[in-house]
Amino acid sequence: MTTARAEGLVGCTRCARVWPGTTPVCGRCGARLESRPARPLRRVWGWWALGVAAYVPAMTWPMLETRVLLSSSAETAVGGAVALARYGEWLVALVILLASVAIPVAKFGAVALLALAVGSRSRGRAEARHRLHAAVEFIGRWSMVDVFVVALLASTVRFSWIATVRPGPAVLAFAVSVLCTMLAARALDPRLIWDLDEEPSPRVP
Amino acid sequence: MWAEHDLSRLIACPTCDTLTVSDGVAEGMRLTCARCHRVLVSPRRHAVAVVLILAAASVGLAVGAAALPFLTFHRFGLTRETTLLGAVLRFEGALLVLSATVLALAILLPVARLLLTVWVLLPLVIGFKPWPGAARAFRLAEALRPWAMAEIFAVGAGVTLLKASDLARVDIGPAFWMLTGLVVLVWAQESILCRAGIWEALER
Repeated sequence: MTTARAEGLVGCTRCARVWPGTTPVCGRCGARLESRPARPLRRVWGWWALGVAAYVPAMTWPMLETRVLLSSSAETAVGGAVALARYGEWLVALVILLASVAIPVAKFGAVALLALAVGSRSRGRAEARHRLHAAVEFIGRWSMVDVFVVALLASTVRFSWIATVRPGPAVLAFAVSVLCTMLAARALDPRLIWDLDEEPSPRVP
Repeated sequence: MWAEHDLSRLIACPTCDTLTVSDGVAEGMRLTCARCHRVLVSPRRHAVAVVLILAAASVGLAVGAAALPFLTFHRFGLTRETTLLGAVLRFEGALLVLSATVLALAILLPVARLLLTVWVLLPLVIGFKPWPGAARAFRLAEALRPWAMAEIFAVGAGVTLLKASDLARVDIGPAFWMLTGLVVLVWAQESILCRAGIWEALER
C-alpha cells in the first residue's frame, strides 16, 4: 500500500484523478491540486475559534421570545429545557439539551483534539481518528435542525394577536456556530490524519 | 516512475491519499480503499439514467414542497394554511438574516444541486457530448453536498408538525408528503450514483 505523495504524485481530492506531483490544477475537474496544504491548521483553528465565539451568545441570549397579551418573556435554550423539565416533559428537555449543549460541545472537543494531534504529529491511531473526523462531519450538519425548528415553529404557530412567538437573537448565533464548526471540520484535510500513521512523516508547520 | 497513460488507471483516495489501481470494476461490484475503506468505484446498471430521472423528479417535488400548503390549522373556528416558503420568509428586521439562511440551506442549495446534476447527466444519458462546463458543474454539485440540507429541514418540519398538533387541530397538506418523498429520492440518488463513473464519462 502506497500513497500518491510517496510516489511523487498528487491526487485530486475532488475527483480522485492522479497527476504528476507538480501539476497545479486537475485536468479533469479543474480543482486546485495540493499534495498537502502549506499551513494546514490555520483555517481549522480560525473557523473553530469563530464557532466557539458564536456559541457563547447562542447559549446566553434568548432563543425564543413569547408574548402573551402585554407580558413578554424570553428564554435561553437551557432555560427553556429546565422549564420543560419542571413541567414534567423530561424527554423534550433531554433532546433540547443534547442538541444544543452536548453535541456542539462534543464537536468543539473533537475538532480541537484532531487539530492538536495533527499539529503535534502525534503518531498512530489513524483509524480511530478518521472515524472521529467522519462522525463530526456527519453529525455537524444535523445541528441545523434546531435552527429550522425554531424558525418554523415561530412562524407557523401564530394563532391570534393574543400570543406570538418570535425567534430570539440566539438562533442566529447558533446557526453561525454550527456553520463555522462545519467549516472547521471540513478545513481539516483527512489525509493529514492518515499521514500520522506513516514513517517518518514530513514536517507539518 | 509512473508514465502519463498509467496515471489514468490510478485512483488516489481523497480521504487518505492511498493509491489504488483500477482496471475496470464489474457492474454491481464495489472497489473500496484498502486503507480507509472509502468506496471508490461502485458501478450499477443504468445508474446514470435512474439518477437523472430521480433528480428531475426531485426538482418538481422541491418546488411543490416549498410552495403548496404544508399545514392547515383549525382553531377558534378559523382555518389557516401555511406554506414552507411563506413560513421561512415571514421574518422581518434583523431576523431577515434567519429567513435568508433557512431559504438558502433548505431550498435554494438543494434545488441548485439537483439542477446541476441534471445539467451534467442529461447529455450522458441521451448519448451526447457533455454540455459546456459539465466538469465544473459536477464539482460544484459535489462541493455543495454538505450545505444542501433539505433532509434536515424535512426532519425539522416533522418536529414542528408534532409540536403544532399539541396546540391546535392540524391537517397535513400535500407539501408534507412531497417533502417526505424528496428526502427518499435524494437519499436514493446519493446511494446509487457512482461518482468515479461520472468523472470517467466526463473525461472521455
